[in-house]
Amino acid sequence: MNEHTPTPTEALPGAGNGLPSYLEQSPAVRERFAQLQQRKVILEVRDLQKRYKSLQGETEALRNINFQVHRREFVCVIGPSGCGKSTLIRILAGLEKHTAGDVLLDGQPVTGPGRDRGMVFQGYSLFPWLTVKRNVMFGPLMNGHSRDSAEREARLWLDMVNLGKFADAYPHQLSGGMRQRVAIARALVNEPRILLMDEPFGALDAQTRAKMQRHLLKIWRNLDITVLFITHDLDEAIYLADRILVLKANPGEVQEVIEVPVPRPRSPEQFSTPEFRATKARLEALIHPPEAQGEEEAEGEDALPEKIIRFTNVGDNVE
Amino acid sequence: MNIRILLTYLSRPSRYRGAVFTLGAFLLPVLLWCAVSYVPFIWHPMVKVENPGGVDYFTPGMLVDRSEFQDQMKEMRQAGKPLPVGVRANPIYLPAPHEVARALYTAFTTAPEQRDAPWLHQSLWHSIQVIFWGFVLSSVVGVPLGVLCGTYVTLSRLSEPFVEFFRYLPAPAFGALAVAVLGIYDGPKIAIIFIGTFFQQVLVIANTTRKLDTTILEAARTLGTRGWRLITHVVVPGILPDLYRDQRILLGWAWTYLIVAELIGTSSGITWFITQQARYQHFENVYAAIIIIGVIGFGSDLLFERIGRRLFPWDRTQERKSA
Ligand SMILES: Nc1ncnc2c1ncn2[C@@H]1O[C@H](COP(=O)(O)OP(=O)(O)OP(=O)(O)O)[C@@H](O)[C@H]1O
Ligand SMILES: [Mg+2]
Repeated sequence: MNEHTPTPTEALPGAGNGLPSYLEQSPAVRERFAQLQQRKVILEVRDLQKRYKSLQGETEALRNINFQVHRREFVCVIGPSGCGKSTLIRILAGLEKHTAGDVLLDGQPVTGPGRDRGMVFQGYSLFPWLTVKRNVMFGPLMNGHSRDSAEREARLWLDMVNLGKFADAYPHQLSGGMRQRVAIARALVNEPRILLMDEPFGALDAQTRAKMQRHLLKIWRNLDITVLFITHDLDEAIYLADRILVLKANPGEVQEVIEVPVPRPRSPEQFSTPEFRATKARLEALIHPPEAQGEEEAEGEDALPEKIIRFTNVGDNVE
Repeated sequence: MNIRILLTYLSRPSRYRGAVFTLGAFLLPVLLWCAVSYVPFIWHPMVKVENPGGVDYFTPGMLVDRSEFQDQMKEMRQAGKPLPVGVRANPIYLPAPHEVARALYTAFTTAPEQRDAPWLHQSLWHSIQVIFWGFVLSSVVGVPLGVLCGTYVTLSRLSEPFVEFFRYLPAPAFGALAVAVLGIYDGPKIAIIFIGTFFQQVLVIANTTRKLDTTILEAARTLGTRGWRLITHVVVPGILPDLYRDQRILLGWAWTYLIVAELIGTSSGITWFITQQARYQHFENVYAAIIIIGVIGFGSDLLFERIGRRLFPWDRTQERKSA
């Protein structure tokens, strides 16, 4: 579906080692994507632009961002540091105002934060003065539930993230992974339309991280929940996502939207399958252009107008 | 060897290590004071006359400079008159520890020299009340204002320049004004404590509020919290342990304004006691009173710290301090 002429950048890794193209999809995967496209669009981002004004002048953090997320889809956003991933997700959460374009949730423009979009932050964002259970109860209580029903729901969700036993602990008594699980439970108890996650496992060690990924996939499978997940870990993105939104920096633009050809259900064994490796090779080529070509090449890339046009086309095709 | 053991003991985390340091912190100055008081050749710049001998203006118990005493010795020797006898002594303003220790006890048991004057404990109680009301009144306005200034940029822009300006005006400068407005009794004293505390309080608490982790605020907003509830349910509980610590420090500052405040209008409270005792040259009583102020201030702060630990079991800063 993607028209794509190999450039020197992407021809290098992966191409010569007998991997299939990352664009090749098995019939089952193709079927799945076809079904996905039929689902209702939950989140639509149109021509989104964000400029920051600071003392050093204006920086354009995001330019011409276009994409859609369908119901129950798992979308990862990946890109080099400073490309505007956090800016994007904060705009979606309503924590930051965009300077142009539209963000539509179920067709309604996003104007500020709201319980219809749950957010899990990279840093620890639990309320330190509340016990784990109270942290999870916070959302329901703020939204007018009775204490009893809030507590019931909190217990339910704590069990869902396997933290029932820690209901009365304070956040500082938990490990990093446990805290993020509480943060996930706290976001999900509000029954948001979409769960926004900004590098939620970024601060965790590899092992905990893998466990959290499995856990998140399990939750996602069992619930009617749409996830937009930011990461800079390529494996994580491929392992979790239906589609991966690849951003580039300065200004932040959508470079490509990749449909992950790895079939579901996912398992860590798939890390070595050809589809997985082909996708990873493509992501690597997009995000870390080969060292030898260095900085000048990266700058030269910005100067190529036809390439930029192609990138926007890619984005349009997918949606 | 012993030092080595002590050092390893001190560098090991222990429940009692803190107590050892606290004890040491007090022991060193006290030892110094003892040395200066009891070891004659360290300082003792005076001589206490025991027998005036032939010097006509010496009286027993009189304190004279050592050089003067020696001059008189020489003169008497030349004149062939009886020599004066005396022992080396410290100036009257430096009583020895045991004298102050005795005064600490007798100050509470001796009736005041004037009939209708208050006892020491009554003076102290009066001072504590002045501090209490000054601090409470300041906090009732200052804490909410500080939290609001720390939360809303507009409010802080509007109020803080004035507060900053006022902060630099020495509170005692308002003494005469306070007396004119509030009379000569406790009113102006409470006002001075208020002025001395309030403006610092607004700035300190606004700063503490600003330091609240924005992620916590944003998390609350994405969970559907907005407006006033953001302050009552997130900002206030979020800063509470720090706010409590700020209040403890501010209370200490309020104590430092006490003496000046109590001199305004009719002198009262512990200040009155101190000035009276100094007038009669009962310096051991003066020191006793100063020590009592210190003990009350330090003791109450320790108590508040303990209470704080109970109140805020999630507070990490305290653990870091005692670890
Ligand atoms: N509050 C701000 N004011 C000014 N510029 C900002 C602000 N926040 C972000 N930026 C700029 O916007 C760009 C994108 O930042 P952003 O934090 O979204 O990047 P990111 O992709 O999340 O990076 P990372 O992977 O390191 O988290 C950066 O160039 C950054 O300097
Ligand atoms: Mg980021």
